[in-house]
Amino acid sequence: MPRAILEVRDLTVDYATSRGDVRAVDRVDLDVHAGEFLGIVGESGCGKSTLLFGIAQLLSPPAGITGGSVMFGGRNMVGMTDKELCSVRWRDYSVVMQSAMNALNPVKTIGAQFSDVMHAHDKLSSQRVRQRSAEVMQLVGIDPVHLRSYPHQLSGGMRQRAMIAMALLFTPDLVIMDEPTSALDVVAQRSLMVQIKELQVQLGFAVVFVTHDMSLVSHFSDQLMVMYAGQVAESGPTRRVFDDPLHPYSQGLLEAFPSIRGPRVHLSGIPGSPPDLASLPSGCLFHPRCPKAMDRCRTTRPELYAVDGVQARCLLHEGAAVTP
Amino acid sequence: MTEPAQPPLLATVGLTKHFSIGSLLSRHQLHAVDDADLTIQRRQIVALAGESGSGKSTIARLLARVYTPTRGEILFEGRSISGLRGRRENLAYRGDVPMVFQDPFSSLNPAFRVSHGILRGLKLHRPELNRDQRRDEAEAVLDSVGLSPAGDILDRYPYELSGGQRQRIGFAQALAYRPKLILADEPVSMLDVSIRVGLLNLMTDLRDKQGVSLLYITHDIASARYVSDRLVVMYAGQIAESGPTEEVLARPKHPYTQLLLSAVPDPRAPLRVTAETDRGEPPRVVDPAPGCRFRFRCPLAVAECAAVTPLPRVLGPDHAVSCHVATADMSPTAAAPVG
Repeated sequence: MPRAILEVRDLTVDYATSRGDVRAVDRVDLDVHAGEFLGIVGESGCGKSTLLFGIAQLLSPPAGITGGSVMFGGRNMVGMTDKELCSVRWRDYSVVMQSAMNALNPVKTIGAQFSDVMHAHDKLSSQRVRQRSAEVMQLVGIDPVHLRSYPHQLSGGMRQRAMIAMALLFTPDLVIMDEPTSALDVVAQRSLMVQIKELQVQLGFAVVFVTHDMSLVSHFSDQLMVMYAGQVAESGPTRRVFDDPLHPYSQGLLEAFPSIRGPRVHLSGIPGSPPDLASLPSGCLFHPRCPKAMDRCRTTRPELYAVDGVQARCLLHEGAAVTP
Repeated sequence: MTEPAQPPLLATVGLTKHFSIGSLLSRHQLHAVDDADLTIQRRQIVALAGESGSGKSTIARLLARVYTPTRGEILFEGRSISGLRGRRENLAYRGDVPMVFQDPFSSLNPAFRVSHGILRGLKLHRPELNRDQRRDEAEAVLDSVGLSPAGDILDRYPYELSGGQRQRIGFAQALAYRPKLILADEPVSMLDVSIRVGLLNLMTDLRDKQGVSLLYITHDIASARYVSDRLVVMYAGQIAESGPTEEVLARPKHPYTQLLLSAVPDPRAPLRVTAETDRGEPPRVVDPAPGCRFRFRCPLAVAECAAVTPLPRVLGPDHAVSCHVATADMSPTAAAPVG
């Protein structure tokens, strides 16, 4: 196994609120190897976007990292100064935000925003900037004439592609994506996903991809992490998790998707709603909604148990566990 | 096909809505909906599916009388709603055809208790009830949308409820009018996956137990299949294909429907990486020229497509397709796994 380019250990993020600290990300561990595609799924409020921001060092008060480390390229990014981060950001890892309409500057052309990025992180000639900008636009399948376009002149799919092009300006090792397709309809979503995968294979960068739509990453990610209430509920190879989900929450999520193929079956979804992070239930955080809850689940908070290459935070798998 | 003796609950004939955009000197017409013929029977869930900007929400707003049609008729129980006169008739129509909105966080007034919206609707639409009966009725509709204890929920404020509960309140408000047709505009798209199915089940329950019809507007074909009896696929303001849901999904005939179906992610499907990538961009609906609006993205386009706007043709049992190329015996390419 090659060495991981991103190693997150015990990452904990708290939000300071008037009711005290609220833990949005609770001791998350994850590894991303070179060229790997990690999908992170969960419902709104489960901490998946906060986790991304924590990894990318983009958190701002009231949120802050209160524990753990983010090792990227052999250096711990937690506690780095802005100047140190500036030398890593965009050159070695870049971020694609959820809503391109908000992330792009509406009063500047795409090309001007590209050149801002390049001048901020490197000393380059204007000609080299233009050349590279045109290259990345071609990579994502947009005619470079659109470097002279303003964001509102592009369609939603093209804006998201332009964001991805911007993330690739310096050929980073890691691209972090926060629901880049959620504003698109299915057809545009599918074509963007195929394109991200193609670029990834071609250029060899690793991807951390956050989404609320589990089915979206099913065919694209290598590793899958399911989050619930700020914790990792289950993580493992994507196909393993889809074929044989261990955590009742992952099972419920998978059974909550109607299918367009096969017989029409009745679905039941998951009863209840995700917990309020400010007043978490006792024991297992999922037990109030869990169809398999036992008496112990109300009192014992489960750890992540490693079962045959997959990790699951469920007492059902405590016995099968081998210490990691 | 069984022809009902009475007219359908709702039918539109050549329903068209254009919006004027641009300044005085550069007037343009945005064709949001063109010549839509839509039929909704009693106790039927019709799903209206399409991408953003395809005109599906405009249809809902035309049916809810938020917009007046540029052309065409809406027939409710056989009677044109443009002929409704006076407050009483208009109120009756709005009570018969209420709307449930997409965003449960902005569609409830945060300053009022849950009871406010339901009781007000009851007072307006069912004046025969007295104060106590209204309260009882409000509890009854909350029960029927699966919110309990109803008496307790009525006295809560929207911020005390989860997204799924709020959307149930939306349905309860609509249900309080004893409606015949509920217009549900993307009612689950803002909700989390784990609670979506509950709302979809509620919609089929309402059809089965309360006998209401629903127009379910969505961009999610899989959920459309889960709840609907009929599926109508829209593209660029025109109805591309319509028919019984299972028939359309098993034998999609319009190339756009086929594209839409092939794009739906399905975690249960075996892993396959398709090489074909649709790089198509949204169609032009501002001052469109005649011809099929899908032809720029269509793999089957022929010369005729650029000249003549295709009209719906019946190509299967109760199954109409607006395409020059599709034929009745076309093979179900999108339904079968490729490669």
